Amino acid sequence: MSLDTTPTASSPVLVVEGLRKVYPAPTPGGEAVEAIRDLTFTIEQGQLVCIVGPSGAGKTTLLKCIAGLLPPTGGKLELEGKRISGPPRTMAVVFQEYGRSLFPWMSVQANVELPLKSAGLSKAERHTRSTEALEAVGLADAGSKYPWQLSGGMQQRVAIARAVAYRPQILLMDEPFAAVDAQTRADLEDLVRKLWKELGVTVLFVTHDIDESVYLGQRVIVLSNRPTVVQDDVTIDLPDERDQLTTRSDARFTELRHHIYAEIQRAKGNTGDTNDASQRRAV
Amino acid sequence: MKLLKSFLYLVSLPAILVLLWWISTIVNPNFYVPTPAELVGTFVDTWFSDRFWRDVLPSIGRLFLGVIGSIVFGVVFGILIGSFRTLRRLLEPLLEFFRAIPPPVMLPLLMIVMGVNWRMQVFVIIFGSVWPVLLNTVEGVRATDEVQRETSRSYRLTRTDRLRYLILPAAAPQIMAGVRQSLSIALILMVISELWYTSSGLGFTIVQFQRNFAIPEMWSGILLLGLIGLGLAVIFRYAERYILRWYHGLREVQRES
Repeated sequence: MSLDTTPTASSPVLVVEGLRKVYPAPTPGGEAVEAIRDLTFTIEQGQLVCIVGPSGAGKTTLLKCIAGLLPPTGGKLELEGKRISGPPRTMAVVFQEYGRSLFPWMSVQANVELPLKSAGLSKAERHTRSTEALEAVGLADAGSKYPWQLSGGMQQRVAIARAVAYRPQILLMDEPFAAVDAQTRADLEDLVRKLWKELGVTVLFVTHDIDESVYLGQRVIVLSNRPTVVQDDVTIDLPDERDQLTTRSDARFTELRHHIYAEIQRAKGNTGDTNDASQRRAV
Repeated sequence: MKLLKSFLYLVSLPAILVLLWWISTIVNPNFYVPTPAELVGTFVDTWFSDRFWRDVLPSIGRLFLGVIGSIVFGVVFGILIGSFRTLRRLLEPLLEFFRAIPPPVMLPLLMIVMGVNWRMQVFVIIFGSVWPVLLNTVEGVRATDEVQRETSRSYRLTRTDRLRYLILPAAAPQIMAGVRQSLSIALILMVISELWYTSSGLGFTIVQFQRNFAIPEMWSGILLLGLIGLGLAVIFRYAERYILRWYHGLREVQRES
Protein backbone atom coordinates (compact mmCIF):
# COMPACT_ATOMS: atom_id res chain seq x y z
CA MET A 1 0.00 0.00 0.00
CA SER A 2 1.68 3.21 -1.05
CA LEU A 3 1.74 6.18 1.24
CA ASP A 4 0.06 9.24 -0.12
CA THR A 5 2.14 11.41 -2.41
CA THR A 6 1.44 15.09 -2.90
CA PRO A 7 -1.82 15.29 -4.85
CA THR A 8 -1.58 17.10 -8.16
CA ALA A 9 -4.27 18.23 -10.51
CA SER A 10 -2.73 16.60 -13.58
CA SER A 11 -2.80 12.90 -14.39
CA PRO A 12 0.36 10.88 -13.76
CA VAL A 13 3.11 11.28 -16.34
CA LEU A 14 4.15 7.63 -16.13
CA VAL A 15 1.84 4.69 -15.54
CA VAL A 16 3.24 1.23 -14.91
CA GLU A 17 0.57 -1.41 -14.45
CA GLY A 18 1.11 -5.13 -14.08
CA LEU A 19 4.42 -4.92 -15.92
CA ARG A 20 5.84 -8.33 -16.70
CA LYS A 21 9.08 -9.27 -18.42
CA VAL A 22 10.13 -12.80 -19.22
CA TYR A 23 13.39 -13.49 -20.99
CA PRO A 24 12.93 -16.49 -23.31
CA ALA A 25 15.13 -19.53 -22.82
CA PRO A 26 18.52 -18.91 -24.45
CA THR A 27 18.77 -22.48 -25.70
CA PRO A 28 15.91 -24.82 -26.70
CA GLY A 29 16.24 -26.96 -23.60
CA GLY A 30 16.89 -24.11 -21.19
CA GLU A 31 14.63 -22.21 -18.84
CA ALA A 32 12.90 -18.91 -19.44
CA VAL A 33 13.79 -16.25 -16.88
CA GLU A 34 10.95 -14.28 -15.35
CA ALA A 35 12.77 -11.09 -14.49
CA ILE A 36 9.74 -8.99 -13.60
CA ARG A 37 6.47 -10.52 -12.47
CA ASP A 38 4.18 -7.63 -11.63
CA LEU A 39 5.18 -4.04 -11.19
CA THR A 40 2.55 -1.40 -10.60
CA PHE A 41 3.21 2.23 -9.72
CA THR A 42 2.65 5.70 -11.10
CA ILE A 43 4.87 8.74 -11.28
CA GLU A 44 3.51 12.27 -11.16
CA GLN A 45 4.82 15.14 -13.24
CA GLY A 46 7.89 16.77 -11.69
CA GLN A 47 8.61 14.09 -9.11
CA LEU A 48 12.05 12.73 -8.28
CA VAL A 49 11.54 9.04 -7.63
CA CYS A 50 14.27 6.57 -6.73
CA ILE A 51 14.12 2.85 -7.35
CA VAL A 52 16.15 0.52 -5.16
CA GLY A 53 16.31 -3.21 -4.83
CA PRO A 54 18.65 -6.11 -4.23
CA SER A 55 21.10 -7.09 -6.93
CA GLY A 56 19.46 -8.92 -9.78
CA ALA A 57 16.08 -7.49 -8.90
CA GLY A 58 15.45 -6.36 -12.43
CA LYS A 59 16.01 -2.64 -11.87
CA THR A 60 17.83 -2.24 -15.16
CA THR A 61 15.23 -4.39 -16.92
CA LEU A 62 12.51 -2.12 -15.59
CA LEU A 63 14.35 0.96 -16.72
CA LYS A 64 14.97 -0.44 -20.18
CA CYS A 65 11.28 -1.32 -20.55
CA ILE A 66 10.28 2.19 -19.57
CA ALA A 67 12.91 3.60 -21.91
CA GLY A 68 11.36 1.65 -24.75
CA LEU A 69 14.56 -0.28 -25.38
CA LEU A 70 13.09 -3.59 -24.27
CA PRO A 71 9.56 -4.74 -25.11
CA PRO A 72 7.62 -5.94 -22.04
CA THR A 73 6.05 -9.38 -22.05
CA GLY A 74 2.86 -8.10 -20.45
CA GLY A 75 1.24 -5.26 -18.59
CA LYS A 76 0.67 -1.59 -19.33
CA LEU A 77 3.32 1.08 -19.77
CA GLU A 78 2.16 4.57 -20.55
CA LEU A 79 3.98 7.86 -20.83
CA GLU A 80 1.73 10.91 -20.80
CA GLY A 81 -1.21 8.72 -21.64
CA LYS A 82 0.42 7.05 -24.65
CA ARG A 83 1.59 3.47 -24.72
CA ILE A 84 5.38 3.08 -24.78
CA SER A 85 6.28 1.05 -27.87
CA GLY A 86 9.74 2.37 -28.56
CA PRO A 87 12.03 5.08 -27.19
CA PRO A 88 9.69 8.03 -26.51
CA ARG A 89 10.58 11.41 -27.90
CA THR A 90 10.26 13.22 -24.57
CA MET A 91 12.52 10.90 -22.63
CA ALA A 92 16.28 10.93 -22.08
CA VAL A 93 18.39 8.22 -20.48
CA VAL A 94 21.69 8.47 -18.61
CA PHE A 95 23.43 5.11 -18.57
CA GLN A 96 25.74 3.73 -15.93
CA GLU A 97 28.62 3.09 -18.29
CA TYR A 98 29.44 6.66 -19.25
CA GLY A 99 32.68 5.55 -20.87
CA ARG A 100 30.76 3.48 -23.37
CA SER A 101 27.82 5.82 -23.82
CA LEU A 102 29.70 8.87 -25.02
CA PHE A 103 31.22 8.73 -28.51
CA PRO A 104 35.02 8.97 -28.30
CA TRP A 105 35.43 10.23 -31.88
CA MET A 106 33.50 13.42 -31.17
CA SER A 107 34.27 16.34 -28.90
CA VAL A 108 32.29 16.86 -25.72
CA GLN A 109 30.21 19.60 -27.28
CA ALA A 110 29.53 17.51 -30.40
CA ASN A 111 28.40 14.65 -28.15
CA VAL A 112 25.96 16.92 -26.35
CA GLU A 113 24.65 18.30 -29.64
CA LEU A 114 24.18 14.99 -31.45
CA PRO A 115 20.64 14.13 -30.27
CA LEU A 116 19.63 17.70 -31.09
CA LYS A 117 21.01 17.31 -34.58
CA SER A 118 18.89 14.25 -35.16
CA ALA A 119 15.90 16.11 -33.81
CA GLY A 120 16.42 18.71 -36.52
CA LEU A 121 17.48 21.76 -34.55
CA SER A 122 19.44 24.49 -36.32
CA LYS A 123 23.16 24.86 -35.77
CA ALA A 124 22.76 28.06 -33.75
CA GLU A 125 20.07 26.58 -31.54
CA ARG A 126 22.13 23.44 -30.96
CA HIS A 127 25.14 25.51 -29.99
CA THR A 128 23.15 27.64 -27.55
CA ARG A 129 21.56 24.66 -25.86
CA SER A 130 24.76 22.63 -25.61
CA THR A 131 26.70 25.58 -24.20
CA GLU A 132 23.96 26.19 -21.62
CA ALA A 133 23.82 22.53 -20.68
CA LEU A 134 27.58 22.26 -20.25
CA GLU A 135 27.56 25.37 -18.08
CA ALA A 136 24.73 23.93 -15.99
CA VAL A 137 26.77 20.83 -15.19
CA GLY A 138 29.91 22.84 -14.51
CA LEU A 139 31.82 21.96 -17.67
CA ALA A 140 31.76 25.29 -19.47
CA ASP A 141 35.39 24.99 -20.65
CA ALA A 142 35.35 21.35 -21.67
CA GLY A 143 33.43 21.70 -24.92
CA SER A 144 36.33 21.17 -27.29
CA LYS A 145 37.88 18.32 -25.34
CA TYR A 146 37.35 14.66 -26.09
CA PRO A 147 35.50 12.45 -23.57
CA TRP A 148 38.54 10.25 -22.95
CA GLN A 149 40.49 13.31 -21.87
CA LEU A 150 38.11 13.80 -18.94
CA SER A 151 37.80 12.01 -15.62
CA GLY A 152 34.95 9.57 -14.92
CA GLY A 153 32.90 12.08 -12.99
CA MET A 154 33.28 14.68 -15.72
CA GLN A 155 32.29 12.18 -18.37
CA GLN A 156 29.11 11.41 -16.50
CA ARG A 157 28.45 15.15 -16.29
CA VAL A 158 28.74 15.28 -20.07
CA ALA A 159 26.19 12.47 -20.32
CA ILE A 160 23.91 14.43 -18.01
CA ALA A 161 24.47 17.61 -20.04
CA ARG A 162 23.51 15.68 -23.16
CA ALA A 163 20.27 14.62 -21.50
CA VAL A 164 19.58 18.12 -20.20
CA ALA A 165 20.19 19.79 -23.58
CA TYR A 166 17.63 17.43 -25.06
CA ARG A 167 15.00 19.01 -22.74
CA PRO A 168 13.11 15.82 -21.95
CA GLN A 169 9.90 15.63 -19.94
CA ILE A 170 11.18 12.63 -18.08
CA LEU A 171 14.76 11.70 -17.27
CA LEU A 172 15.79 8.12 -16.57
CA MET A 173 19.04 7.45 -14.78
CA ASP A 174 20.33 3.89 -14.49
CA GLU A 175 22.71 3.70 -11.51
CA PRO A 176 24.60 6.63 -13.04
CA PHE A 177 26.99 7.13 -10.15
CA ALA A 178 27.76 3.51 -9.35
CA ALA A 179 31.09 3.62 -11.17
CA VAL A 180 32.20 6.95 -9.71
CA ASP A 181 34.18 7.65 -6.52
CA ALA A 182 32.34 8.73 -3.36
CA GLN A 183 33.32 12.39 -3.36
CA THR A 184 32.41 12.86 -7.02
CA ARG A 185 29.20 11.00 -6.35
CA ALA A 186 28.20 13.51 -3.67
CA ASP A 187 28.78 16.38 -6.12
CA LEU A 188 26.82 14.66 -8.85
CA GLU A 189 23.91 13.91 -6.51
CA ASP A 190 23.66 17.59 -5.67
CA LEU A 191 23.89 18.38 -9.37
CA VAL A 192 20.94 16.11 -10.12
CA ARG A 193 18.80 17.76 -7.47
CA LYS A 194 19.78 21.20 -8.67
CA LEU A 195 18.95 20.42 -12.29
CA TRP A 196 15.73 18.72 -11.28
CA LYS A 197 14.56 21.80 -9.42
CA GLU A 198 15.67 24.23 -12.13
CA LEU A 199 14.20 22.34 -15.07
CA GLY A 200 11.09 20.91 -13.43
CA VAL A 201 11.73 17.60 -15.15
CA THR A 202 10.43 14.27 -13.84
CA VAL A 203 13.28 12.03 -12.75
CA LEU A 204 13.35 8.27 -12.31
CA PHE A 205 16.59 7.33 -10.59
CA VAL A 206 17.63 3.71 -10.27
CA THR A 207 20.27 2.96 -7.66
CA HIS A 208 21.54 0.26 -5.37
CA ASP A 209 22.76 2.86 -2.87
CA ILE A 210 20.15 3.28 -0.14
CA ASP A 211 21.63 6.49 1.26
CA GLU A 212 21.61 7.99 -2.18
CA SER A 213 18.00 7.07 -2.76
CA VAL A 214 16.86 8.67 0.50
CA TYR A 215 19.00 11.76 -0.04
CA LEU A 216 17.79 12.34 -3.57
CA GLY A 217 14.23 11.17 -3.76
CA GLN A 218 10.82 12.46 -2.85
CA ARG A 219 9.78 8.87 -2.99
CA VAL A 220 11.60 5.54 -2.95
CA ILE A 221 10.20 2.43 -4.59
CA VAL A 222 11.70 -0.75 -3.20
CA LEU A 223 11.72 -3.79 -5.49
CA SER A 224 11.69 -7.40 -4.35
CA ASN A 225 14.02 -10.09 -5.56
CA ARG A 226 13.44 -11.82 -8.90
CA PRO A 227 10.66 -12.39 -10.12
CA THR A 228 10.22 -8.79 -9.14
CA VAL A 229 7.23 -7.06 -7.60
CA VAL A 230 6.97 -3.77 -5.73
CA GLN A 231 8.04 -4.46 -2.18
CA ASP A 232 7.38 -1.01 -0.76
CA ASP A 233 6.74 2.58 -1.76
CA VAL A 234 8.13 5.07 0.75
CA THR A 235 7.53 8.80 0.84
CA ILE A 236 10.60 10.75 1.81
CA ASP A 237 9.30 13.58 3.94
CA LEU A 238 12.64 15.31 4.33
CA PRO A 239 12.79 19.05 3.69
CA ASP A 240 13.10 20.21 0.11
CA GLU A 241 16.41 21.94 0.64
CA ARG A 242 18.87 19.11 1.08
CA ASP A 243 22.51 19.25 1.95
CA GLN A 244 25.11 16.49 2.08
CA LEU A 245 26.13 17.35 5.65
CA THR A 246 22.94 18.38 7.45
CA THR A 247 20.43 16.17 5.67
CA ARG A 248 22.47 13.02 6.08
CA SER A 249 22.80 13.57 9.83
CA ASP A 250 19.10 14.36 10.22
CA ALA A 251 17.22 11.96 12.51
CA ARG A 252 14.46 11.43 10.01
CA PHE A 253 17.05 10.58 7.33
CA THR A 254 18.37 7.81 9.55
CA GLU A 255 14.86 6.48 10.24
CA LEU A 256 13.97 6.35 6.58
CA ARG A 257 17.30 4.80 5.77
CA HIS A 258 16.78 2.08 8.37
CA HIS A 259 13.32 1.38 7.11
CA ILE A 260 14.44 1.00 3.53
CA TYR A 261 17.46 -1.05 4.55
CA ALA A 262 15.16 -3.40 6.47
CA GLU A 263 12.89 -3.62 3.43
CA ILE A 264 15.83 -4.48 1.20
CA GLN A 265 16.90 -7.22 3.60
CA ARG A 266 13.36 -8.58 3.49
CA ALA A 267 13.38 -8.15 -0.26
CA LYS A 268 16.45 -10.31 -0.56
CA GLY A 269 14.51 -13.19 0.89
CA ASN A 270 11.31 -12.12 -0.77
CA THR A 271 10.30 -12.80 -4.30
CA GLY A 272 7.04 -12.43 -6.20
CA ASP A 273 6.19 -15.85 -4.83
CA THR A 274 6.59 -15.04 -1.17
CA ASN A 275 5.83 -11.33 -0.92
CA ASP A 276 3.13 -10.65 1.59
CA ALA A 277 1.62 -7.19 1.28
CA SER A 278 0.19 -7.20 4.81
CA GLN A 279 3.68 -7.52 6.23
CA ARG A 280 4.70 -4.02 5.10
CA ARG A 281 4.69 -1.58 7.99
CA ALA A 282 4.10 2.12 7.63
CA VAL A 283 6.93 4.29 8.81
CA MET B 1 69.74 15.16 -31.75
CA LYS B 2 66.44 13.30 -31.95
CA LEU B 3 66.21 14.03 -35.66
CA LEU B 4 69.68 12.63 -36.21
CA LYS B 5 68.78 9.54 -34.24
CA SER B 6 65.63 8.80 -36.24
CA PHE B 7 67.52 9.46 -39.47
CA LEU B 8 70.16 6.93 -38.45
CA TYR B 9 67.48 4.38 -37.56
CA LEU B 10 65.93 4.89 -40.97
CA VAL B 11 69.10 4.69 -43.02
CA SER B 12 71.68 2.48 -41.26
CA LEU B 13 70.42 -1.00 -42.06
CA PRO B 14 69.73 -0.27 -45.74
CA ALA B 15 73.14 1.40 -45.97
CA ILE B 16 74.85 -1.67 -44.52
CA LEU B 17 72.98 -3.96 -46.91
CA VAL B 18 73.90 -1.81 -49.91
CA LEU B 19 77.52 -1.87 -48.75
CA LEU B 20 77.50 -5.67 -48.49
CA TRP B 21 75.91 -5.89 -51.95
CA TRP B 22 78.52 -3.58 -53.45
CA ILE B 23 81.33 -5.56 -51.91
CA SER B 24 79.95 -8.85 -53.18
CA THR B 25 79.62 -7.52 -56.72
CA ILE B 26 83.28 -6.50 -56.66
CA VAL B 27 84.49 -9.77 -55.19
CA ASN B 28 82.18 -11.97 -57.23
CA PRO B 29 80.91 -10.24 -60.36
CA ASN B 30 77.71 -11.76 -61.68
CA PHE B 31 75.82 -11.06 -64.88
CA TYR B 32 72.54 -11.34 -63.03
CA VAL B 33 73.38 -8.89 -60.26
CA PRO B 34 74.27 -5.30 -61.17
CA THR B 35 76.44 -3.14 -58.91
CA PRO B 36 74.71 -0.43 -56.86
CA ALA B 37 76.18 2.30 -59.03
CA GLU B 38 75.03 0.55 -62.19
CA LEU B 39 71.56 0.12 -60.77
CA VAL B 40 71.14 3.76 -59.86
CA GLY B 41 72.38 4.83 -63.26
CA THR B 42 70.07 2.45 -65.05
CA PHE B 43 67.20 3.48 -62.85
CA VAL B 44 67.50 7.09 -63.87
CA ASP B 45 67.99 6.26 -67.57
CA THR B 46 65.14 3.80 -67.77
CA TRP B 47 62.40 5.49 -65.86
CA PHE B 48 63.03 9.16 -66.27
CA SER B 49 62.29 8.96 -69.96
CA ASP B 50 59.05 8.82 -71.88
CA ARG B 51 58.52 5.45 -70.21
CA PHE B 52 57.37 7.45 -67.23
CA TRP B 53 54.40 8.79 -69.12
CA ARG B 54 53.74 5.70 -71.20
CA ASP B 55 54.08 2.97 -68.61
CA VAL B 56 54.58 4.17 -65.06
CA LEU B 57 51.88 6.80 -64.71
CA PRO B 58 49.07 4.74 -66.31
CA SER B 59 49.96 1.80 -64.09
CA ILE B 60 49.90 3.92 -60.98
CA GLY B 61 46.66 5.42 -62.17
CA ARG B 62 45.08 1.98 -62.46
CA LEU B 63 46.48 1.10 -59.05
CA PHE B 64 44.82 4.12 -57.46
CA LEU B 65 41.53 3.43 -59.19
CA GLY B 66 41.69 -0.14 -57.97
CA VAL B 67 42.48 0.89 -54.39
CA ILE B 68 39.70 3.48 -54.30
CA GLY B 69 37.29 1.01 -55.88
CA SER B 70 38.11 -1.68 -53.38
CA ILE B 71 37.67 0.77 -50.49
CA VAL B 72 34.33 2.03 -51.78
CA PHE B 73 32.91 -1.41 -52.58
CA GLY B 74 34.40 -2.93 -49.46
CA VAL B 75 32.99 -0.31 -47.11
CA VAL B 76 29.56 0.01 -48.74
CA PHE B 77 28.92 -3.70 -48.95
CA GLY B 78 30.62 -4.28 -45.63
CA ILE B 79 28.16 -1.93 -43.95
CA LEU B 80 25.18 -3.57 -45.64
CA ILE B 81 26.29 -7.09 -44.85
CA GLY B 82 27.35 -6.22 -41.32
CA SER B 83 24.07 -4.51 -40.53
CA PHE B 84 21.62 -7.15 -41.70
CA ARG B 85 22.02 -10.57 -40.23
CA THR B 86 19.92 -12.36 -42.87
CA LEU B 87 21.93 -10.77 -45.64
CA ARG B 88 25.14 -11.94 -44.08
CA ARG B 89 23.93 -15.50 -43.68
CA LEU B 90 22.70 -15.55 -47.26
CA LEU B 91 25.91 -14.20 -48.72
CA GLU B 92 28.52 -15.81 -46.52
CA PRO B 93 29.04 -19.03 -48.54
CA LEU B 94 29.11 -17.08 -51.81
CA LEU B 95 31.62 -14.58 -50.47
CA GLU B 96 33.87 -17.31 -49.13
CA PHE B 97 33.76 -18.97 -52.55
CA PHE B 98 34.72 -15.88 -54.53
CA ARG B 99 37.30 -14.86 -52.01
CA ALA B 100 39.09 -18.15 -52.42
CA ILE B 101 39.62 -17.76 -56.14
CA PRO B 102 43.11 -16.45 -56.86
CA PRO B 103 42.64 -13.36 -59.05
CA PRO B 104 45.31 -14.31 -61.62
CA VAL B 105 43.25 -17.36 -62.43
CA MET B 106 40.37 -15.06 -63.32
CA LEU B 107 42.45 -13.22 -65.90
CA PRO B 108 41.75 -15.37 -68.98
CA LEU B 109 38.03 -15.33 -68.26
CA LEU B 110 37.97 -11.61 -67.62
CA MET B 111 39.94 -10.96 -70.77
CA ILE B 112 37.29 -12.70 -72.84
CA VAL B 113 34.43 -11.01 -71.05
CA MET B 114 35.81 -7.51 -70.70
CA GLY B 115 38.51 -7.35 -73.31
CA VAL B 116 42.12 -6.38 -72.73
CA ASN B 117 41.84 -2.84 -71.46
CA TRP B 118 42.36 -0.76 -68.37
CA ARG B 119 38.84 -1.54 -67.12
CA MET B 120 39.64 -5.21 -66.96
CA GLN B 121 42.89 -4.51 -65.16
CA VAL B 122 41.23 -2.28 -62.58
CA PHE B 123 38.57 -4.95 -62.09
CA VAL B 124 41.22 -7.57 -61.36
CA ILE B 125 42.80 -5.28 -58.77
CA ILE B 126 39.47 -4.63 -57.10
CA PHE B 127 38.45 -8.27 -57.26
CA GLY B 128 41.50 -9.30 -55.29
CA SER B 129 41.98 -6.42 -52.88
CA VAL B 130 38.39 -5.78 -51.81
CA TRP B 131 38.28 -8.72 -49.43
CA PRO B 132 40.28 -7.41 -46.45
CA VAL B 133 38.32 -4.16 -46.56
CA LEU B 134 34.97 -5.91 -46.93
CA LEU B 135 35.50 -8.47 -44.21
CA ASN B 136 37.05 -6.00 -41.78
CA THR B 137 34.16 -3.60 -42.33
CA VAL B 138 31.65 -6.36 -41.62
CA GLU B 139 33.42 -7.21 -38.38
CA GLY B 140 33.78 -3.57 -37.40
CA VAL B 141 30.08 -2.92 -37.97
CA ARG B 142 29.03 -5.99 -36.05
CA ALA B 143 31.22 -5.05 -33.10
CA THR B 144 29.56 -1.68 -32.48
CA ASP B 145 29.33 -1.16 -28.74
CA GLU B 146 25.98 -2.20 -27.28
CA VAL B 147 25.74 0.75 -24.89
CA GLN B 148 26.43 3.18 -27.73
CA ARG B 149 23.77 1.46 -29.78
CA GLU B 150 21.26 1.78 -26.95
CA THR B 151 22.20 5.41 -26.46
CA SER B 152 21.54 6.20 -30.11
CA ARG B 153 18.24 4.32 -29.96
CA SER B 154 17.08 6.07 -26.82
CA TYR B 155 17.81 9.47 -28.36
CA ARG B 156 16.01 8.37 -31.52
CA LEU B 157 18.91 9.07 -33.85
CA THR B 158 17.91 8.80 -37.51
CA ARG B 159 19.26 5.95 -39.60
CA THR B 160 21.64 8.21 -41.52
CA ASP B 161 22.89 9.89 -38.37
CA ARG B 162 23.45 6.55 -36.76
CA LEU B 163 25.50 5.44 -39.77
CA ARG B 164 27.48 8.64 -39.99
CA TYR B 165 28.10 9.32 -36.32
CA LEU B 166 28.08 5.87 -34.74
CA ILE B 167 28.66 2.92 -37.04
CA LEU B 168 31.28 4.29 -39.43
CA PRO B 169 33.49 6.03 -36.87
CA ALA B 170 33.27 3.05 -34.52
CA ALA B 171 34.33 0.67 -37.30
CA ALA B 172 37.01 3.01 -38.67
CA PRO B 173 39.99 1.44 -36.87
CA GLN B 174 39.09 -1.97 -38.20
CA ILE B 175 38.35 -0.66 -41.68
CA MET B 176 41.73 1.07 -41.84
CA ALA B 177 43.44 -2.16 -40.88
CA GLY B 178 41.69 -3.82 -43.79
CA VAL B 179 42.69 -1.02 -46.17
CA ARG B 180 46.33 -1.47 -45.19
CA GLN B 181 46.20 -5.11 -46.17
CA SER B 182 44.42 -4.40 -49.41
CA LEU B 183 47.15 -1.95 -50.47
CA SER B 184 49.73 -4.70 -50.63
CA ILE B 185 47.40 -6.98 -52.56
CA ALA B 186 46.50 -4.20 -54.97
CA LEU B 187 50.14 -3.56 -55.87
CA ILE B 188 50.74 -7.21 -56.60
CA LEU B 189 47.63 -7.45 -58.75
CA MET B 190 48.56 -4.34 -60.66
CA VAL B 191 51.71 -6.09 -61.82
CA ILE B 192 50.01 -9.40 -62.47
CA SER B 193 47.26 -7.83 -64.52
CA GLU B 194 49.93 -6.57 -66.91
CA LEU B 195 51.90 -9.76 -67.36
CA TRP B 196 49.88 -11.18 -70.21
CA TYR B 197 48.29 -9.85 -73.36
CA THR B 198 49.10 -6.24 -72.59
CA SER B 199 51.51 -3.97 -74.41
CA SER B 200 52.22 -1.27 -71.86
CA GLY B 201 52.48 -0.70 -68.16
CA LEU B 202 55.02 -1.08 -65.40
CA GLY B 203 54.60 -4.82 -64.90
CA PHE B 204 54.67 -5.40 -68.64
CA THR B 205 57.91 -3.42 -68.99
CA ILE B 206 59.65 -5.31 -66.21
CA VAL B 207 58.75 -8.64 -67.75
CA GLN B 208 59.92 -7.40 -71.16
CA PHE B 209 63.29 -6.58 -69.63
CA GLN B 210 63.42 -10.02 -68.09
CA ARG B 211 62.64 -11.72 -71.39
CA ASN B 212 65.28 -9.69 -73.16
CA PHE B 213 67.88 -10.29 -70.46
CA ALA B 214 68.14 -6.58 -69.76
CA ILE B 215 69.10 -7.43 -66.19
CA PRO B 216 69.99 -4.04 -64.69
CA GLU B 217 66.80 -2.59 -66.19
CA MET B 218 64.78 -5.42 -64.71
CA TRP B 219 66.25 -4.77 -61.27
CA SER B 220 65.56 -1.08 -61.62
CA GLY B 221 61.93 -1.94 -62.29
CA ILE B 222 61.79 -4.02 -59.16
CA LEU B 223 63.34 -1.15 -57.22
CA LEU B 224 60.66 1.15 -58.59
CA LEU B 225 57.92 -1.21 -57.50
CA GLY B 226 59.38 -1.28 -54.02
CA LEU B 227 59.47 2.50 -53.94
CA ILE B 228 55.85 2.72 -55.07
CA GLY B 229 54.83 0.29 -52.33
CA LEU B 230 56.78 2.38 -49.82
CA GLY B 231 55.09 5.53 -51.07
CA LEU B 232 51.68 3.93 -50.64
CA ALA B 233 52.55 2.89 -47.11
CA VAL B 234 53.67 6.40 -46.18
CA ILE B 235 50.55 8.01 -47.64
CA PHE B 236 48.44 5.49 -45.80
CA ARG B 237 50.23 6.16 -42.54
CA TYR B 238 49.50 9.88 -42.71
CA ALA B 239 45.90 9.33 -43.74
CA GLU B 240 45.37 6.84 -40.93
CA ARG B 241 46.94 9.09 -38.35
CA TYR B 242 44.61 11.89 -39.37
CA ILE B 243 41.43 9.86 -39.58
CA LEU B 244 42.09 7.97 -36.37
CA ARG B 245 43.42 10.86 -34.25
CA TRP B 246 40.74 10.18 -31.67
CA TYR B 247 41.56 6.49 -31.57
CA HIS B 248 45.26 7.02 -30.95
CA GLY B 249 44.47 9.53 -28.23
CA LEU B 250 42.03 7.15 -26.60
CA ARG B 251 44.48 4.25 -26.69
CA GLU B 252 47.21 6.38 -25.18
CA VAL B 253 44.95 7.35 -22.29
CA GLN B 254 43.99 3.73 -21.75
CA ARG B 255 47.60 2.66 -21.75
CA GLU B 256 48.53 5.21 -19.14
CA SER B 257 45.77 4.21 -16.72
